[in-house]
Amino acid sequence: MTEQPPAAARVLIVEDYQDTREMYARYLRFSGFEVREARNGAEALRKAAGEHPDVIVMDLALPRMDGWEATRRLKAEPATRGIPVIALTGHAHADREQEARKAGCDAFLTKPCLPDALVKEIHRVLGGRRGP
Amino acid sequence: MLSTVSSDVPVRAGLDDADGDGEAQARLDLLERLLASSDLRESAQHAIDWLAEQGRVDWSVCLVVDAAGTRLVPLADHGLPPSSVSEFMVRLDEPGHPLVRALRAADASHVGVERPAGPTPPGGPFHAFPLRARGAETLDAAGLLVTAAPDRAIDDRVRWLAGVLGDRAVRLRPRESTGDARSVPERALLQGILNAVTDPILLTDAEGRLVIGNAAAESLLRAPELASEGWRQAVNLNHTLFSAALPAEALDAPSRPAQRELVLVDPSEGSELLFEMTSTPLRDRRDDAPIVSVLRNVTDLGRAGQELDESYRQLRVAQAAVRDQRRRLDLVINSVADPIVVSDPSGAIVLMNTRAERLFRVGGDEPDATRRRAQTNNARFSSLVSTLLSSGHAEDWRGETTLIDPRIGRTRPMEAVAGTVLSETGELVWIVTILHDLTATVERARLYERVKRASVELEARVREATSELVRQNELLRRQRFEVEQASALKSQFLANMSHEFRTPLNCILGYTQLLLQGLGGAFTPEQRTDLARIDSNGRHLLALINDILDVSRIEAGRMPVDATVVGIPELVAEVLEELDPLIKQSRLSVSTRLSSRLPAIESDRRKVKQILFNLVSNALKFTKRGGVRVRARHAARRRTVLITVEDTGVGIPQADLERIFEDFRQLDPSPSRGYGGTGLGLSICRRLAGMLGGQVTVRSQVGAGSAFTLELPVRVSDG
Repeated sequence: MTEQPPAAARVLIVEDYQDTREMYARYLRFSGFEVREARNGAEALRKAAGEHPDVIVMDLALPRMDGWEATRRLKAEPATRGIPVIALTGHAHADREQEARKAGCDAFLTKPCLPDALVKEIHRVLGGRRGP
Repeated sequence: MLSTVSSDVPVRAGLDDADGDGEAQARLDLLERLLASSDLRESAQHAIDWLAEQGRVDWSVCLVVDAAGTRLVPLADHGLPPSSVSEFMVRLDEPGHPLVRALRAADASHVGVERPAGPTPPGGPFHAFPLRARGAETLDAAGLLVTAAPDRAIDDRVRWLAGVLGDRAVRLRPRESTGDARSVPERALLQGILNAVTDPILLTDAEGRLVIGNAAAESLLRAPELASEGWRQAVNLNHTLFSAALPAEALDAPSRPAQRELVLVDPSEGSELLFEMTSTPLRDRRDDAPIVSVLRNVTDLGRAGQELDESYRQLRVAQAAVRDQRRRLDLVINSVADPIVVSDPSGAIVLMNTRAERLFRVGGDEPDATRRRAQTNNARFSSLVSTLLSSGHAEDWRGETTLIDPRIGRTRPMEAVAGTVLSETGELVWIVTILHDLTATVERARLYERVKRASVELEARVREATSELVRQNELLRRQRFEVEQASALKSQFLANMSHEFRTPLNCILGYTQLLLQGLGGAFTPEQRTDLARIDSNGRHLLALINDILDVSRIEAGRMPVDATVVGIPELVAEVLEELDPLIKQSRLSVSTRLSSRLPAIESDRRKVKQILFNLVSNALKFTKRGGVRVRARHAARRRTVLITVEDTGVGIPQADLERIFEDFRQLDPSPSRGYGGTGLGLSICRRLAGMLGGQVTVRSQVGAGSAFTLELPVRVSDG
């Protein structure tokens, strides 16, 4: 958590609930990541294309375009296909995880998810590629 | 033994040639003298003297039967002392005396001294010549000429003399007996009387030889001069038959006449005649007594009797046959279970079987009521018959009536089937009625009606019940649909609620962590403690939310079993690894002992893990000292795997062993008393184990520890 990434990895947090978004953003920055924020699926698509994040943390229940749809589109777009998507949802149901993976999510986390647990997962997903 | 057969006696050559003329002259002289004498005694003396002159015999005696016919008396003798002569006076009723036998013999008898029994003949052995008219050999002799016989040879001159003397004796003797002359016409009269009798009357000797017979007897037993051969044979046959029939007992008991049947042949026609023969021996003579036999012709009587016997026999046979038929008929009609009555047209009963008798006949000693009922039955039967008759002689008439069992008094509905018996002339003779007791039929019909009614009622009730059931089913279906809908709504609501709870809870826990990690600056120890309490209560709330969600999903059946191959050792290691922070915090020794023969099982990995996680974390939470051990073994016979989590914790009182599996049940009601947990853990474990075909059981001892065992089938589909 305290270790510093060699070149700070960029994380896009897609979350409509401001308190949560800011909580994770604050902790990720605290943990050394570069953070970008989006409030819905459409914004997430725009920022993913424009900001080139290394990893996307995606809430699934979102207004205007939900997380599943956004993920599907990201994975359908060659420019964004390679960006790992970590689903983060309050729906603890196994079906939801299944749907998320089907949409193209690379990892799945259930709320409540403590900030340090998210950081751990991001590290795991980025693996040897690019740490924060 | 005395012989009376002349052929047995050798005849001595009488006349030699030298004496021929002198001999003949002497005979002529004697003949002259005899013929000249009209006195038998004188004649006898001449003859004896002649013999003495001829010098042929040592001694001789002439005997005659006296006038009374009772004894032999000597008339003349020669060469014997007077005492010896008197010995020849023999009573004729001495049976078996040689002289009496000699009287009846046809020829000379030789009487020897060697004879073992009987009177000794005086003067040694002698010959006794019967004196009878020549040609009348069958009749008793009138006397005897007895001469000494040194040997058995008969002197021919003595035989000649006896013959000559016999003629004279027969002629002269009657004159000696008193009253004999008078009897001649009486005998003729007697003969006439006898001949007038149509039944044969015979006088015979003991051997059956005919002495005198009336005309009827003669016609049977004597053949006329010119009779045919057949006639003669018939006569001979009759002789034989008669002789054989002569009763021997007539001789033994002469006082009583003997009767027997005798069949003879009619010589003139050759037909058989049946006689009843009565034989009576003549009383005054014992030995060789002649027997009077009267034959009564019973031929016609016999035939009539036989015919009578025959027709009587036939009658008996016919009677027996009729009796037999009647008996069989009785047997047949009595074997019929229904009463059968044969009545005349007036309704009067002629014949009935046993069953019918029970209805219509009562004994005089039966109670009045019984007799009255039988009378009622009879009256009803008569009216039945008259109804039948008025219906016009139907071949097969049917009717119904009600009779009463006379002895019980129970009424019996009866069906009557009647037929008529007509005479040859077509006249109604009898009516045969068969009664059939309808009680059982009526009862059956009644029962059938009841059953039918009950059945109809039952049917109606079943229909009613069925429609009610259909209604209920419809209601239930609707209710179930509503419940399902409600349940789905509830689940959805819970899921949504859970989600909505998680979002703020996520922030509470997250920001608490930010503060605890010092992102917002440093805190005093008291502040840190407060933050830690916010954190722990937040986590508890989260656990509650998760567990409630699980329970609701299990209840709603929204937790499908996802069967895969599960390795127990790996699963146990995984659970212990995830619980490692708690283990470290608890400072307990945690060990495993897994059987080497543990098979991989087929089950829902997530659920098995959840159960184990719960059991181990409970063990850690409720144990202060000692350790927790996880054991696993294969129960091959039960085809299950047993995973046991043992602890050395506080233990559970016996009374609470089941209650701990209930919802929201914790022995210590306060969730914050160091144990944490929601009170739903064991309840969920038990539910999940049930879904996997297994079970969770517990053994425990207060203060010593508890052992929770999860038993799972090797294959979830076998559970």
